[in-house]
Order: sequence, then C-alpha cells, then structure tokens
Amino acid sequence: MAINAMASKTMASKPESSVSVMMMPNGPGAAAVLAAGIGCFAMGVVAVVADKVPALARTLNFYKPTGPLSGVSSTAIVVWLAAWAVLHYYWQRRNVDLGRAVTAALVLLGVGVLLTFPPIGDFL
Amino acid sequence: MEMTTRGLWTLVHGMGFGALYLLACSFAIVELYRRYKPYSLQPISVEDETFLGRWLVVMAVVAWITVLTGAYVIYPWYRAVPPAGMAALNAFPQALLKSNQNTIEWHAIGMEWKEHIAWITPISITMAAAVFLRYRRCLTNYPQLRAAVLIFVFTSFASAGVAGFFGAELNKHAPVEGGETTKLMHGGER
Repeated sequence: MAINAMASKTMASKPESSVSVMMMPNGPGAAAVLAAGIGCFAMGVVAVVADKVPALARTLNFYKPTGPLSGVSSTAIVVWLAAWAVLHYYWQRRNVDLGRAVTAALVLLGVGVLLTFPPIGDFL
Repeated sequence: MEMTTRGLWTLVHGMGFGALYLLACSFAIVELYRRYKPYSLQPISVEDETFLGRWLVVMAVVAWITVLTGAYVIYPWYRAVPPAGMAALNAFPQALLKSNQNTIEWHAIGMEWKEHIAWITPISITMAAAVFLRYRRCLTNYPQLRAAVLIFVFTSFASAGVAGFFGAELNKHAPVEGGETTKLMHGGER
C-alpha cells in the first residue's frame, strides 16, 4: 500500500507519460535484452569461426586496413540489430516470459564473452 | 616534449574515451542498483530519471566512438605489415611483438582478445540505454529486466576494463607511434 502510494506520489509530477509507461508490456524490454545477448554471442561465434576458416576470414575482410575484424564486428552488429528488430516487432505489445528471455540472454552473453577469449577459441 | 599523430590518437582512444567510459560506468551501475531496486521506497524524481537516461545515452555514444576509433583508426597502424627483410620494426607494433618469444603472447592473447571483447561494450550499453529510456522508473516493477540491464552494464564495464588493460600493456611493449610530430613544449636545459 505504502509502495503504491509512493509510486502515485512520484508519478504525479509527470502524469501522462508515466502512466502510459506503467501500462507497458514487458515484450520490448525482453526483445532488447535477448537481442543484445544474441549480438554478443554472434561476436564470439563469428570471431572463432573466422579464425578457423581462412576463406571466411578473407570474405569478412570488408575494410582492408582493419582486416577480418571489420567483417566480424559488422556481422555481429547486423545480427544484433536484425534480432532486435524482429523480436521487437513480434513482442512490442505482448507480455512474454521475462525469466526465460533474460536467462537465455545471459547464457548467450556468457558464452559470447568466453568465445572471445583466444585460448577457448583455439581449444574448440 | 613532443607527440606523434598516432600517439595522440592512441591517447584520445584509450585515456580519453576508454577511461571516460570506465569512470561513467561505475556511476551507472551504482545508480541502477541503488535507485531502481524492486520495491524501493526512495522516490525517483523526473530530474533523476532524465539525468540517468542522458548519462546512459552519452555512455553508449562514448563506447561506440571508442571501439570505432580503435578498430578503424589505430588498429590499422598496429597491424601494418612491414616490408620484407625489414629489421627495424618500431613502426609495426604487431610484427614487433610477434618477433620476440617474450612478447608474442601480448599479441596472441592480448590484442586478439581485446579486439573482439571490446565490441561487447557498446552492444550492452546501447541496450541498457534503450531499455532504461523505455521503462524509466517502471524498471522497479520489472526486477528481472533491471537485473539483466545491470548484468549487461557490469559486463560492458568488465569488457572495457579488459580492453583497456591490454591496450595499455600493448602500448607499453609496442607503442603505436608515427606520423607528424607536434611539439607540445620547447624544453630547455634544466
């Protein structure tokens, strides 16, 4: 009760926008978080695969002075933004299972970070 | 006292944007943790909310500038290939590191890790800024979403820390130098 009263009190200073945000579904937030996880995972996977497959590394050489890193990072960014756009499109007005989306995002983030560590990439 | 163009770019990238990001990150983590915890009894003012929103956007811009200057301005100088048979490798940091068994791992692990993990930072902080701008104080009603944002911001901090540490060490063992020299001070004998 006290918490609700506090929320109403603080919201009173900016009525319209705050009330509309209160009614927002969690889908857009879940989409952003999961897409970021996918983007970080893509960074790790593309980096490892480009390191293992010279033909792919050559293909990803978008900007010669930077080398394959230009293609690896650009690909990860495109995957991230595409995933965000698609998930947002489907979830923008929905309430989704936030727990599952967040867990998946954190697992993808963790694996993505680990894959960027060269000894792990070399081990695979 | 003088500085080369490449040295100046390295300074702007690392000590300028990189260090600024790390400093900014600590405030964002504390603020998100302290003020937006579930069922917080502390009222959040519109000013606080607006300030943190702008702060996160500026952090995202700083993170993107840092990785883009690193990858597209400094990294090409780092990985430049020396002409065949060249013995003086000072202008070719990657080749210089790889030429010595005692420094080769600074490239094989340090730079290889830094060049990839650094991209986790702008992706994570852009997401955090977008989610915060959408939910603002309502983040207190979504504890899982807030936890995810906090973990991503912390990971962006750790990633930037790894990149910053290796950047500093790499620049110590094989500095990126060259280009025009600017005299900062005309020293005399002391």
